[in-house]
Amino acid sequence: MGEKKFITGNSAVAAAVKLARVGVIAVYPITPQTPIAERLATFVSTGELNSKYIRVESEHSALSACLGACMAGVRPFTASSSQGLAYMHEILAYASGGRYPLVLAVVNRSLAPPWSIWGEHQDSIQERDTGCIQLYVETAQEALDTTIQAFKIAENSSVFTPVMVCLDAFHVSHTEELVEIPDQADVDRFLPPFQTSMLLDPDEPKSLSIGASGKQYMTWRFQQYQAIKTAEKVIQEANKEFESIFGRDYGGLVDAYRCEDADCIIVIMGSFAGVARDTADMLRLNGIRTGVLKIRAFRPFPNQVISDYLNSAKWVLVIDRDLSFGNEGAVCSEVRGALYGLDHAPAITNFIAGLGGADVTAQDIRKAVQEMIKVTDVTERHIIFQFMDADK
Amino acid sequence: MKIKDVAKEEFITGSLSCAGCGNLLAVRLALKALGKRTIIIIPAGCLSAVTCFCPQIPFRVPMFVSPFAATSAILQGVSTGFEFRGIKDINVLGIGGDGATADIGMASFSDAIVSASRFIYLCVDNEAYMNTNVQSSATTPTGAITTTTPFPDTMQETRLSKKNLFSIAVAHKIPYAATASVSYPLDYYEKVLKAARTDGPSFIHVQIPCPPGWGFPTEKTIEIGRMAVESSMWHLLEYKDGKVRFTHVPKKRIPISEYLKAQARFRRMKPDDIAHLQSMTNEQLAALEANQDKTPL
Repeated sequence: MGEKKFITGNSAVAAAVKLARVGVIAVYPITPQTPIAERLATFVSTGELNSKYIRVESEHSALSACLGACMAGVRPFTASSSQGLAYMHEILAYASGGRYPLVLAVVNRSLAPPWSIWGEHQDSIQERDTGCIQLYVETAQEALDTTIQAFKIAENSSVFTPVMVCLDAFHVSHTEELVEIPDQADVDRFLPPFQTSMLLDPDEPKSLSIGASGKQYMTWRFQQYQAIKTAEKVIQEANKEFESIFGRDYGGLVDAYRCEDADCIIVIMGSFAGVARDTADMLRLNGIRTGVLKIRAFRPFPNQVISDYLNSAKWVLVIDRDLSFGNEGAVCSEVRGALYGLDHAPAITNFIAGLGGADVTAQDIRKAVQEMIKVTDVTERHIIFQFMDADK
Repeated sequence: MKIKDVAKEEFITGSLSCAGCGNLLAVRLALKALGKRTIIIIPAGCLSAVTCFCPQIPFRVPMFVSPFAATSAILQGVSTGFEFRGIKDINVLGIGGDGATADIGMASFSDAIVSASRFIYLCVDNEAYMNTNVQSSATTPTGAITTTTPFPDTMQETRLSKKNLFSIAVAHKIPYAATASVSYPLDYYEKVLKAARTDGPSFIHVQIPCPPGWGFPTEKTIEIGRMAVESSMWHLLEYKDGKVRFTHVPKKRIPISEYLKAQARFRRMKPDDIAHLQSMTNEQLAALEANQDKTPL
């Protein structure tokens, strides 16, 4: 049994990094990620964590330095948010294309302008196609546990792909919760020493991240595609093994709440899942059978699992804390894709809410559900924006 | 040392480079000096364009092709990783072109050279973006025609002087910095050896004449490089133990016009431009001579 402490999501991530025996840390400060950088620096300077801390001049360099450490055979870690993550963009794609098993924490924050330090998912959502695995967490405990799992997933030899652990700004990053810190011995049992095949070793010279063309290029990309598909299984296995040692189960790819008999299912990612569950309970008291499907793995996107949960519902409300301008919320489009071709597909409503850190209350969600159940045409692209109903 | 003392072993053999390429010569000599226990980081540029495509990879040491702006950060990461593992006998070498160093990679270069990481950064400077058809960079000299400065005498964009990477490195109080030329192979070779012995970051800025980019016959690479030094358009310097000094002073000095007229890229320079550049060059040489063996600010 681990020790229980009141800590924030950021502290939980730092605790996980320490337990994972990370060897090189390179982080550039940005709100609301900064406490992770500060905590880790303290661990290293007090000797609590035997690791090298690189002070870098940008997020681009932070992730690049991690890539370098990886090629030297050392487990690295970095973290970022918002503008900083956008600045890392080039290296995210480079790390996944080159198949480097990195783990980074993303404290989800909005992008400017308009300037805002508060939470939403736009920053990591717009890195969707960089080829990194993305896991979204709900609580500080899940942030800690998922970070430990992330190393195991990234470093699985059939995956060898970077993993982003995404936690909501402030609601998770800065909110203290009672968190169980696992014992080091248990973590060591769960997480083997760092492994990568992308080593710069003079005794076994390799050329890494080289150029390719035609069939070679296509083969490389196909293998990358397969690796991230394989990660679906690996994420589920990591969750199961973690549960057997630590007793906490996050459902693997998704977490379902009262979905079995539900007519309405709310699909959501991140920390607002809790309020969605409360809303579902309240709606059930009003006779609307509602469930909640929390998506944990956004990449790889678990199409089949999601389709299995949603196919018997009549209505699906997808809450997006992001927006793909010119279309709709990105999660909603993904869910539509997962349900395409079903004989009795549910009607989907997209609720764009919680941008720029706006609170999404049970009342907001209930109103959206009540509006949603008026929709009868399943082909309608029904979209609701939080706060914008006054104009109608 | 003598030329016969240069290591015989080759670590780069066969590439797609142009005839007379100064870049490949610089890399070949550096790898001879550093030996087998070396790993190299190469960003986008001429060198990666002619060496990194499967299955024609000519390196016999481990190599990583880096994102353009990331070379120095990756060097820091690799070096720190080796340090964490207690590995001390591997030379960590970055080889960036002038664009990768003086333009897009400047921020991470500046950060890495104030760190304690042990690595060698070699800037192979052919004074423009050559593999993409000669666009100007921060180290393109005054008056040189490039595809983005087609009329350098009339364009406001033409720089007054090339960005001085050596001075920039010295201003960071880097433990070891040098300028070099492939036309002075022993001077260069010894500087690579000194860089390898440095406990911390080191930087060598080597000039690599480029026949197609500069516009001279392929057999004249060495001659052009020598003329650059003899005309004081390029200097062979070293910064060590806090002091700057010349490592080689040419026996004869030539006017810059001889150097300029030997290359097609300077053909649009007018006599007035050349006279102005000559006086600037004289001033710079005098300043360097006056500051020799002194500690720069």
